[in-house]
Amino acid sequence: MSTAQTVELETVAIRFAGDSGDGMQLTGTQFTQTSALLGNDVATFPDFPAEIRAPAGSLAGVSGFQLNFSSQQIYTHGDAPDVLVAMNPAALRVNIGDLKPDGILIANTHAFTDKNLERAGFESNPLEDGSLQMFRVFPLDITSMTLEAISGSGLNQRAAVRCKNFLALGLVYWMYNRPLEHTIAWIEKKFRAKAPDVADANLAALKAGYHYGETAEIFTHSYVVPKARLEPGRYRGINGNEALGLGLLAAAELSGLELFLGSYPITPASDLLHFLAAQKHLGAKTFQAEDEIAAVCAAIGAAYAGGLAVTSTSGPGVALKAEAIGLAVMTELPLIVCDIQRGGPSTGLPTKTEQADLLQVLYGRNGECPVPVVAAATPGDCFFVAIEAARIALRHMLPVVILSDGYLANGAEPWKIPDMSQIPRIEKDFHTEAEGFQPYARDEDLGRPWAVPGTPGLEHRLGGLEKEHLTGNVSYDPANHQFMTELRAAKVARVAQHIPPTEVFGPESGDVLVVAWGGTFGAVRSAVEHLQGKGRSVAHVHLRHLNPLPADLGDILGRFERVMVPELNMGQLAMVLRARYLIPVESVCKVQGKPFKEAELIRALSAELEHAR
Amino acid sequence: MTRYPNLPPTDASALSTKDFKTDQDVRWCPGCGDYSILAQVQRTLPTLGIPKEDFVFISGIGCSSRFPYYMNTYGMHTIHGRAPALASGIQCLRPNLNTWVITGDGDSLSIGTNHLMHALRRNVNLKIILFNNRIYGLTKGQYSPTSEVGKKTKSTPYGSLDHPFNPIAVALGAEASFVARSIDVDARHLQAMIKRAAAHEGTALIEVFQNCNIFNDGAFAFISDRRERPKTSLVLEHGKPMRFGPKKEQGIAVGRDMRPKVVDVAEHGEENLLVHDEGNPTIAYLLSQLAHPDFPTPVGVFRSIDRPVYDRMLQAQVDDARQRKPGRSVQDLIESAHVWDVR
Ligand code: SF4
Repeated sequence: MSTAQTVELETVAIRFAGDSGDGMQLTGTQFTQTSALLGNDVATFPDFPAEIRAPAGSLAGVSGFQLNFSSQQIYTHGDAPDVLVAMNPAALRVNIGDLKPDGILIANTHAFTDKNLERAGFESNPLEDGSLQMFRVFPLDITSMTLEAISGSGLNQRAAVRCKNFLALGLVYWMYNRPLEHTIAWIEKKFRAKAPDVADANLAALKAGYHYGETAEIFTHSYVVPKARLEPGRYRGINGNEALGLGLLAAAELSGLELFLGSYPITPASDLLHFLAAQKHLGAKTFQAEDEIAAVCAAIGAAYAGGLAVTSTSGPGVALKAEAIGLAVMTELPLIVCDIQRGGPSTGLPTKTEQADLLQVLYGRNGECPVPVVAAATPGDCFFVAIEAARIALRHMLPVVILSDGYLANGAEPWKIPDMSQIPRIEKDFHTEAEGFQPYARDEDLGRPWAVPGTPGLEHRLGGLEKEHLTGNVSYDPANHQFMTELRAAKVARVAQHIPPTEVFGPESGDVLVVAWGGTFGAVRSAVEHLQGKGRSVAHVHLRHLNPLPADLGDILGRFERVMVPELNMGQLAMVLRARYLIPVESVCKVQGKPFKEAELIRALSAELEHAR
Repeated sequence: MTRYPNLPPTDASALSTKDFKTDQDVRWCPGCGDYSILAQVQRTLPTLGIPKEDFVFISGIGCSSRFPYYMNTYGMHTIHGRAPALASGIQCLRPNLNTWVITGDGDSLSIGTNHLMHALRRNVNLKIILFNNRIYGLTKGQYSPTSEVGKKTKSTPYGSLDHPFNPIAVALGAEASFVARSIDVDARHLQAMIKRAAAHEGTALIEVFQNCNIFNDGAFAFISDRRERPKTSLVLEHGKPMRFGPKKEQGIAVGRDMRPKVVDVAEHGEENLLVHDEGNPTIAYLLSQLAHPDFPTPVGVFRSIDRPVYDRMLQAQVDDARQRKPGRSVQDLIESAHVWDVR
């Protein structure tokens, strides 16, 4: 039996890193699910390599998965991991800089060959040259241990070596006193029928890792992280793209409309297309178009025909769709544009996160072409933002942009399952009355009637040319153009009447207000909570609505001495707030393809608080 | 669960040409070939037995793309080149509608070639009328992707350099299931082609030679002139030997080198002429290469085959999936993942 002492911890972050073929995403996901089932709060950050299959052992091919689990409520995947599992020298090189001082490093010595060391740019073996003194290093030949554990399984060498991630997982499960059941069940389900020998080998590797921890006596401690006090209810794990897909399906169900997605594959939005393509039994129609423009145009066609029309993409795709979004603004058709942002400009950093499309979606079209913009704060929030976007699009008859990002799209969290019967229905009726029908008449929300093909007596023509008020006929009248331009702006402004009062986290007034949006929520909230705990006068407003801004925002901004806006861009919301409210705004910018760290924000905020004195 | 205004359809048998006219002034240049095409469409639609409210006309940008404003049906004048994509969305959502695409040579063979090709490839149930006037009209006279080499225009004062697209060959290359050609001034033939296209299941493309009397007058004079036409055109008829000429005295035959040649029917024998077959891709391609002055220019249906229709297949997938998993809700889907309870 193990002689290791058990130590209780509140929060632990673990990063699994290896070649993209090493199964690190799977390993991390398994640990996450097991921890969630144990009742921990968890947050994850999968970090994919840019290349699908970079050469084995190369720096470009390193794939990482960080998860943070805790007995407290947590908002982020954790700044710095407590444990790093490095399956090869490249994984060590890329990730070691993040490991906490005195953190645990488990390295697969088998992969530390001269060739791999050279590929990773090491002149000597860091496991032997003393350069890792500040960490607790556990060099283990994980590959050989795996081969030994599953000898006799009948798998060939190549297939056998692939089981090594389960050995590593088993070992880390032991270190943190996690049960194996969930992963055992997963392996059974995934492999038993298809490849029983693979199932047996993976199970053997998993158990061998666990038993190694128990018997090898190289670890002096094992750890427990007790259950978190999460709000009671039924939970599942969810990532942002799944939540967005479910939210769009929910909006279709709540409105009684048929869901239509026009899309073109693009990182990191493709998973939304994949997810909805698999939901035909719920009536979702997906159309993989020939390009981004065709995708949005097909969606506009579906909107004209009476569907809940959606197009999904990332920043480069939004650029291509700009003209068509203008057509939807002019024809006043309900359309949802999902922008899962990534690093830009141009092709930029496809697999990395950024928030630099805000100004593009606000202003990146020809002419005066405003659209409402909403942004999700957490993976699970994507679900509710999708419903909100549909509500706005249908209520006011216009295109709405949803901003998500690579961090939200791929990051997972436990999600309290919502009760669909408690979510208000989305009411938008098709116009059917031929008597007195005018395509560009207005209701109280400035929406126009939605008269869809197939309705007798309502035949009418839409188009991108300027429309005459009420009749919708083509009009070149100067006064009408001014009127309609103002009307289209007023429609967007009208959305604000339906935005609930802004929630201020912290004091209603004080030294510093942090205004943030999108996927930075977790890091910002953690940093603000930390400083509030130290008695500092700081509050956090997280904006869901970026256009129009909430009506009460100006008042709230005015109640704080200083306003700080952290963003993963060069200061885009900050610019909007300065222009709109004529106030000084301190901008905190980061464009490294990575989310904010809590510590970075604490530092920036502390400095800002100093100025407030 | 899905709701559309399920009102009873109107009586299609009572329709006449005037039901399809709008109160908008038609704004093409006097003498433009577009007038005739509009008239033939308005004459043909009432004969199809389709309720008026089910027609949708979608266009891109260009002179021809003003067309939907003059049709008293549902319609949209969209953005340059994108009409097939937008129309595909309409038809995919609601396969029971009857969606037409109105486009020109600049719209569908330059900025929007991509969408035209992919609509044809997918075989979405769209009827596409391509007004080919071999010029940019709306932007006032630049050469187009169907202009002949050496064309002198404002943008090519030294003559254009690029080889033109042959719309029929492009459509055949995309394996379109229905490809036809007609002429703006030949009302009877054009109506017949519109009818054939309307009856076709899948994407139907009609190239119409259309005279732009302002910027490219007479581009098709060789064939639009009534007296010339018997000599310069080959009227395609399925199953019939290919004959032309004022007395049908000439024909098309294929030599042992597989090259087409013009022959004298009396000399060569009718039984030795090429027989048109709308299902034969080799014949369709061969015909696409025949052109005045070396050959008569073919008009009629080059190709018409049955191929699965995209929007119907998409609907069938949805219906089938629903039948396999009946009565599912979004709540079920949310809870189909691994769930756990926190107390
Ligand atoms: S410019 Fe040519 S194509 Fe355009 S309307 Fe005038 S005649 Fe017709």
